[in-house]
Amino acid sequence: MGGKAGRAGRVGAAAEWLRARLREGPPAGPTRPEFWRSPLRGPWLTSVLGLVLLAGTAVVFATGLLSYAAYNPDLAAVNDRTPDKGWLGFYLFAWPTRPHWLYRLTQGVHVTLGIMLVPVLLAKLWSVIPKLFAWPPVRSVAHALERLSVLALVGGGLFVFATGVLNIQLEYVFPGSFYPLHLYGAWVFVGALVLHVGTRMGLVARTLRSRRLRDELRTPAARTTAEPPDGTGLMPPRPAAATMSRRGALGMVGLGSLALLAVTVGQSIGGPLRATALLAPRGGEPGAGPNGFPVNRTAAEAGITAADTGPDWRLTVRGGGREVVLARERLLAMPQHTAALPIACVEGWSTPDQEWSGVRLADLAALVGFPPGAAPDVLVESAQRRGSFGSAALRANQVADPWSLLALRVNGAELSADHGYPARIIVPANPGVHNTKWVTRLTFGDPA
Amino acid sequence: MRTLRAWYGAGPTHLLLTVCSFAVAGYAGLRLLGGDVVGLLLWTVGAALLHDLVLVPLYTAADRAVRALDPRRDASWINHVRVPAFVSAVLFVVWSPLILGLSGEVYAAKTGLDPAAFAPRWLLITAALFAASAAVLAARSLIARHRAARGRPPARPGA
Repeated sequence: MGGKAGRAGRVGAAAEWLRARLREGPPAGPTRPEFWRSPLRGPWLTSVLGLVLLAGTAVVFATGLLSYAAYNPDLAAVNDRTPDKGWLGFYLFAWPTRPHWLYRLTQGVHVTLGIMLVPVLLAKLWSVIPKLFAWPPVRSVAHALERLSVLALVGGGLFVFATGVLNIQLEYVFPGSFYPLHLYGAWVFVGALVLHVGTRMGLVARTLRSRRLRDELRTPAARTTAEPPDGTGLMPPRPAAATMSRRGALGMVGLGSLALLAVTVGQSIGGPLRATALLAPRGGEPGAGPNGFPVNRTAAEAGITAADTGPDWRLTVRGGGREVVLARERLLAMPQHTAALPIACVEGWSTPDQEWSGVRLADLAALVGFPPGAAPDVLVESAQRRGSFGSAALRANQVADPWSLLALRVNGAELSADHGYPARIIVPANPGVHNTKWVTRLTFGDPA
Repeated sequence: MRTLRAWYGAGPTHLLLTVCSFAVAGYAGLRLLGGDVVGLLLWTVGAALLHDLVLVPLYTAADRAVRALDPRRDASWINHVRVPAFVSAVLFVVWSPLILGLSGEVYAAKTGLDPAAFAPRWLLITAALFAASAAVLAARSLIARHRAARGRPPARPGA
């Protein structure tokens, strides 16, 4: 009995001690407001950076959701990298085939703009870092929840940016498959962002009205002073003299974004500009000639052997209870069509239109009895032995497009092994990995 | 209303927004944590801690070290170090896996491209950034000296 009372007394004393410390004020170092010295920190700079980041994030999030829809994950299990998505797939729709450069544009913007936002994100976090050490650490229930939400915002935000940036560099070190991590991470980030924007938008609007951007951009370092104290906890109470103006700070961040754009965007434009993508993963062409454009996965890496693609290669077309087996000569004897279409990868790189020729998917559906205009979905299977996307399902609207081909040639030459010889899928506006290479089997009407 | 403020610390709109935000983040978060829970917490919380407690102190210390070389207030040459260093650093932060060749073998096998190309390019870009910054500083100093010689008030460079 006495022990219990003693313990309660000790807990009470500890709580009293803690309360006293909290009342006394910040203990030391970064928890003291005087620790922070930069006169640039303040609501104005944070608001400008936050607004840029918000606008950019909105575009990157929207294009990310579009990319998710472009995989048609609701069509078949083989397309769905995130089977436990639940309501997060609420908006999915049949991904269109026109304009044929649609995925090239949306995914190029998603990756390139996401990369350009990295300096803005880092600057924004720099501008609010004193808040991390704010004292007392928790002022109320609302404040505690906000801080928890900020942890999800910062942790989730850094996580989404990091997984994206690592994935495009083929550095698969993150804890799991890229697709669920990046998709669910993005929703955690956006969920936390709702509260952050909701609680800060009023302050941002007031702050931006308080100082005119034009005046601020005309103020040199010599006349740059800290903003008047306003209780946001962003400003240093004892600011050092400015060594850089707000104009200079914003310019430096903007220059960082432009530098990233300059060494990256060439990989999404292609042609002679590809060589300007000095640090981006697809700044080089793997070869010259008709097949010289970039390859997502080489034949060797996919485990394709000479026997897989030699004279014994056959294409099996199934559907409606029928089956047709075709040698390559039979395919070449069918009506050949051409389509000028790009390869556009989820990693953000893409090629300009290449001249593909081969057999229309709709014509192959007709071989097993589906009349023109009634072609169903199709499951495409590859000889690929290693890596993901060995099979993919295409929706009826994709099969029906006259530009959707089982391509046999590109730019007037035979397909190279790396581009999918003997035959590959090419569909307008389709994500690159769904343009299956080294195709061995098409199953119409049952894309399970 | 007053009770809510006293107990919660904010108004009802804040409370509703908070519930909405946590519900969305929680719905996605449960799916995220459906995989490797320890790995994920390490990555998300670790990313925030690594940024806040390692990266920020590191670059702040580097900045203060450079500034300590010249304590004059109008030591505007400092920005001619800061700007190229910042640009070079953000290029490195984004493209470090390629620059350091972390995924070199996978990269070469998958793309058929040369993974060794990136480190020298980044070094050359860094050299070019500092060279350009030095050229601008030299030009500004020349203009300032020229103006001073003509008896006009000098425009302070580096603002």
